[in-house]
Amino acid sequence: MTSNYTHFVAPVDETPLLATDTLKADQAPLSLWSDAWRKLRRRPLFILSALLILALTLVALFPGLFSSVAPNDGCELSNSEGGPAAGHPFGFTFQGCDIYSRVVHGTQASLSVGVLSVLCVLIVGVTIGAIAGYYGGWVDAVLARLGDIFFALPLILGALIITQLPAFRENKSVWTVVLVISMLAWPQMARITRGAVIEVRNADFVTAARSLGVSKFGALVRHVLPNALAPIIVLATLELGVFIVAEATLSFLGVGLPQSIMSWGNDIAGAQASIRTNPQIMLYPAAALSITVLSFIMLGDAVRDALDPKSRQR
Amino acid sequence: MRFTRTSKALGMVAIAALALTGCGAGGGSNDGASQSAGDPNKVITAYNSEPQNPLLPANTNETNGGRVVELLFEGLRAYDPDGKPVNALAESIESPDAQNWTIKLKQGQKFTNGEAITAKTFVDTWNFAANSKNLQNNGFFFESIDGYADVSAVTTEKSADGKTTTTPAPTAETMSGLKATDDSTLTVKLVQPEADWSLRLGYSAFYPLPSAALADPKAFGENPVGNGPYKFEKTGAWVHDQSISLVKNADYSGPRAAKNGGVTFKFYTDPSPAYTDIQADNLDITDVLPSNATKTFATDFPDRNASKAVATNGTLNIPGYNVNFQGEAGKLRRQALSHAINREEITKVVFNGTRTPAKGFAPPVIDGFKENIPGSEVLKFDAAKAKDLWAQAEKIQPYDNSKPLQIASNTDGGHKEWIDAVANGFKNNLGIQAEIQPFAKFAEVLNLRKSQSLPGLTRAGWQGDYPSLYNFLGPVWATGASSNYEKYSNPEFDKLLQEGLAAKSTTEANDKFNKAQEILFTDLPGLPLWDYAKPIVWSNNVVKAETGWNGGVLYYNITAK
Amino acid sequence: MVSFILKRLLQVIPVFIGTTLFVYYMVFALPGDPIAALFGDRQPPQAVIDTLRTQYHLDEPFWVQYGLFLQNLFTFNLGNDFTGQPIAASLARAFPVTAMLATEALLIQAVFGIAFGVFAGLRRGGWFDSTVLVVSLVVIAVPTFVLGFVLQLVFGVQLGWAKPTVGANADWGSLLLPAIVLGLVSFAYVLRLTRASVSESMNADYVRTATAKGLSRPRVVVAHILRNSLIPVVTYLGANLGGLMGGAIVTEGIFNVPGVGNKLYQAILRTEGPTIVSIVSVLVLIFVVANLLVDLLYAWLDPRIRYDQ
Repeated sequence: MTSNYTHFVAPVDETPLLATDTLKADQAPLSLWSDAWRKLRRRPLFILSALLILALTLVALFPGLFSSVAPNDGCELSNSEGGPAAGHPFGFTFQGCDIYSRVVHGTQASLSVGVLSVLCVLIVGVTIGAIAGYYGGWVDAVLARLGDIFFALPLILGALIITQLPAFRENKSVWTVVLVISMLAWPQMARITRGAVIEVRNADFVTAARSLGVSKFGALVRHVLPNALAPIIVLATLELGVFIVAEATLSFLGVGLPQSIMSWGNDIAGAQASIRTNPQIMLYPAAALSITVLSFIMLGDAVRDALDPKSRQR
Repeated sequence: MRFTRTSKALGMVAIAALALTGCGAGGGSNDGASQSAGDPNKVITAYNSEPQNPLLPANTNETNGGRVVELLFEGLRAYDPDGKPVNALAESIESPDAQNWTIKLKQGQKFTNGEAITAKTFVDTWNFAANSKNLQNNGFFFESIDGYADVSAVTTEKSADGKTTTTPAPTAETMSGLKATDDSTLTVKLVQPEADWSLRLGYSAFYPLPSAALADPKAFGENPVGNGPYKFEKTGAWVHDQSISLVKNADYSGPRAAKNGGVTFKFYTDPSPAYTDIQADNLDITDVLPSNATKTFATDFPDRNASKAVATNGTLNIPGYNVNFQGEAGKLRRQALSHAINREEITKVVFNGTRTPAKGFAPPVIDGFKENIPGSEVLKFDAAKAKDLWAQAEKIQPYDNSKPLQIASNTDGGHKEWIDAVANGFKNNLGIQAEIQPFAKFAEVLNLRKSQSLPGLTRAGWQGDYPSLYNFLGPVWATGASSNYEKYSNPEFDKLLQEGLAAKSTTEANDKFNKAQEILFTDLPGLPLWDYAKPIVWSNNVVKAETGWNGGVLYYNITAK
Repeated sequence: MVSFILKRLLQVIPVFIGTTLFVYYMVFALPGDPIAALFGDRQPPQAVIDTLRTQYHLDEPFWVQYGLFLQNLFTFNLGNDFTGQPIAASLARAFPVTAMLATEALLIQAVFGIAFGVFAGLRRGGWFDSTVLVVSLVVIAVPTFVLGFVLQLVFGVQLGWAKPTVGANADWGSLLLPAIVLGLVSFAYVLRLTRASVSESMNADYVRTATAKGLSRPRVVVAHILRNSLIPVVTYLGANLGGLMGGAIVTEGIFNVPGVGNKLYQAILRTEGPTIVSIVSVLVLIFVVANLLVDLLYAWLDPRIRYDQ
C-alpha cells in the first residue's frame, strides 16, 4: 500500500494547468453553477445517466410509443401467470395482464411519485435543515424539534389520515401520495442537511468569505451548501427508489394510487400473490425501478463531483 | 355470522366469525390404525391470535377466542364433523309444538373445579348472558326465549347534539320462559314456535358457566374454568400476546375426548410466519393459510393437508340506493353482472379449488340445501347473455359510466386478487370500467355500508353460526335484520321466512326457506359468488388433522407422533 | 456541555406535547366508530357498544380526551386498550423485544455499511464499488416483504440454520435474521453515505498532510478519512433509530416478532388513540435522546464544532 503515497502527496494529474483553468480576462467570472455545468457536460457518467433519464422520461410521457398493448384491457384470467408469448415478451401477471405494457405504462406514475416526492423533500428538508444548522441557537432548537414531531408520526397513520380528508377521499392521485411521503420524509433530509452544514459552517473558506464581506446568508448559499451537498445527493438519489417502493406499500394498504393508475409499486405489491409460485413476475417492475435509481445515482455522483472543488479532476 | 377473512395484523379487528368445532361421537372419519400410532400424552401446538375478550362463551364472538372457548366448555349439544347436532350434556331435548321445550340433563356432570352442572346452572348462565346490564356480546342468541325482551331491555337517550346513547335497563332479572323444574330438567318456552331452535344449542353462547364466572366475569375470563375436553394448564396459562396453554381434562366424559396431552395456542399476527413454522416443524397445525399459498399448500405439505367444504359463502352485494341498479334496468343489470362473473375460472385460478362456485344463497353443506332452485341459472357464466342483458338495460335507462364501478373491500385478507379478477370480467364482458375500492380497515367499509354511502358494490360473506338454512337467509336478507346493511327488503321473502321458522318439521321449514331463495334470485340484492372449503396444513409431528362442519379444526382429535 | 445537555432535555417537553397533541388529534379525526369496528359484521347489542364508548371516553370532546390521556400519563397508568388489557403492561412486553431488534439491526447496518462504504469510497469505480452499488440497488428495489420472505425460507426452512420465526421468548439469536432484513434498506443508505464522504475526504488537505507526515495507510484511513467522514453517517443512524423502533411493521409481521411495530399497526387499524399515543410518546423520547447523542458525537468527530457558546 505504501506505493500509493505518491498519489496522495501530489497527484500527477493535478499538477498541470488544464484548459478550464485558463482565465479569460474579458469574461465575467463563472458562477459556481455554470462552472459545474461546464465540467458536467463533458463527463461520460453524466452523459450516460442523462440519456437514461431522458429515455425514462420519454417512456413516461408517451407510453403508447413503446407498447401497442393497452395495459388494463384484455386481462384474461386464463393467461394467469403465463410465461412469455408472442407479443407479450415478459409474460403475464396473476390477473393475466401483459407485464411488458404494464411496466411501460407504470413508468409515468412511478417516476412522478419518485421525482416529485424527492423534490418536495429537498425543498422543505434542505431549507429547514440548512437554516437550523447554519444559524444554530434557538432557530436550530425550534426547527430541529419541529422535525422530531414529524419523525415520530407513523407512516400508515399519516397516510390514513390524509386520505380521509374530504378533498382527497375521492381523488386519490399521484399528488396525494407525494404529499403523504413528503410530509413524513422531510425531517430525515433536514437532519442530514443540518449535520452537513454544521460540519462545513466553521470551515476556513467560510470564514474567509465572511471576512471578504459576503453576507451571512450569502455565505450559506454560495459556500456552505455547495460543500454540504454530498450526503444530500446520496440521500435524495436513494430516496427516489425508496419512495417509489413506498407507494407500493400505500397502495397495498388501500391509501395509495387507485387501481386504474398503473405504477411499478402497484405491480410489485400485486406480484405478492405470485411470490410462492412465480416470483419472477415481480422482477420486471423491480428491474425498471432499479434502472431508474441507478441512473439517478450516477447523475448524483456526477453532479456532486462537478460541484466539489476538492475532487475536481477525478 | 358475517365474517371477514382475517389475516395480517387485523386479526382482532376484522372478525365476526366464531369458529365452532364440531363434536362428533368418537371423531368420525379418522382411521383407527394411524390413531393408535400416536402418543396420546404429547402436547400439540396450534395457530391462533390474541383473543379479543376475556374467555367467556357468552362474550366471545370472534375466532381467536372461539378456538379456545370451545375446547374449555361443553354445551347441551354439539355438532359432529358434518354439522349434525348430537346430544352432549343433554340426555334428551323434546318439544311437542316447537314452542315448549323440555331438556333432560345427564347426571353427575361437573366443572373442573368440582362444581356440579345442573338445570339451575343453565338457567343462571342464560339469564346472565341475556341480561343487558352484563353486556355480553352474544346476548341476542337468547332472543327466542320468552321474557328475553324484559331482561335485555335498554333505554335510549338522545343528547342535545342528536347523538343517541343506549344504556341497559332490564325490567326483569330472569327470563320468564326459562325454568329449572328439578336438578336435571330444564323447560324453555319460546316467544313463538321455532322448529330449528334446538339446532342452536351447540353454539358456544349456550355453554354453561360456573358460579364464579357470574360473580366476576372479567377475572374468570382471564383464567376460565370449564367442563370441556381441555382445561387451563395453570392459573395464568394465558400469556398475553404470546400463547395459551391447555391440557387434557382427565375428568371429561363427553363425546370429544382429547386424543393428545394438550393444545398450546401460539399467537401470530400474520398467517404467513405460521405457515413457514409448520414447514420447519416449529408449529403443528394452522387453519389460516396465507392467501398466496392456496396454490402451493398441497405441494408444500404432501399428505399433510386437508381441504373440506364448510358452511361459509361469499357474495357481492348491490346496494339498492345505487341509481344504476334501480328499476327494471337495474334488475337486468344485476343479472348481467352475475352472468359476467366466471365463477368456475376464478375459483380454479385464484383459489385453486379451495372455493367452489355458488349454487345458491346457502352452501351445500347445510342441511336442506337444494340445487337448481328456480332462478339459480343466473349464476352461470354467459358472456353473450350478460352483454345482451346490459344492452337491453341501456335501452331503458342509460348507465352512468362517468366513474368506474367500484367494489369495496378491505385489502388485508387476500380479497384483492379475486376482486381484480371480477372487475376484469366486468370490463371484458360488459365493456364498463370497474375496479376495487380498497380500504385499509374493515371498519371503514362497514361504516360506509351502515351509512348507505358506498358508491358501488361491496364484498360480503357469511359464516354459519349453527348449521341451519335460516341462518344464511334471516340475519342477512330479512327486512331490518342485524347484518342486512344494504337494507334489502321484500315482504314476501320475510313472510316465507316466518312461515319456515314456525313450521313443525325441519323438512317443511327448509321447503319454505328454499322457496324464499327463489325471491332472492329474482331480486338479486347480492350475487352469490362461491362457497368455501377450509384448507388446513399440519406438521410432521402430528398424525392427522381435520376440520368440522364450519371449518374449525377438531383439535381434540389430533394425535401427536 | 452540561448546560447544553440540560437545555436539550428541557426541549423534550414541547416536542412531547406537540407530538402527542398532533398524533392524538389525527387519531381523533379518523372517521368510523372504533368500538363498532372491534366486532366486524356481527355487531353486539347497542348497549354494549355505547357502554364501551362511554368507558373509553370516546364521546368526549377532543380536549377532554387528550387531558385524560395526559392525566393517565402523569399517574403512570396508561389505562386499558379496547380489549381491556392494560396498555402499560403490553408496552412493557413489546418494547424490550423491539429494542433488541433495533439495536441488532443498527449494529449490523453500521458495521457493514461503514466498512463496505469505506472500501467502496477508497476505490471508486473499482469492482468492489460496482458490486456494492448493485447490492444497494437490489436492496432498494426489492421490497422488504420479498427479501424477508426469501431469507426466511432459505435460512429458516431449507437450510434450517435459524428458527424461521421469533414468537415468544425473543433473544439475540432468534432476532438475527429479522434484524438483517430490517437493517438492509438502511444499510444501503449508510454504505452510500460513507462512500460519498470518504471519497470526498480523500482529497482533503488534512489527509494529504497526514500522509505526508508518513502515517501508515490504515491509520490515515481510520483516524483521518473515516473520522471526518462519519458526520452524515452518524446523523443518518441517529435519525434512523426511531424508524427501526416503530417502523418495523413488515419485518415484525413476517417473523412474528411481538414488538412495537406490530402493536402500533394493530392500534392504528383499531383507531385506538391511547395505545398509539403511548407508543409514539416513547418513540419521541428515543428520538430526542438519539439526536442529542448525535449532536454530542459531532463535537467529538470534528473538534471545530462547538456547542458551548
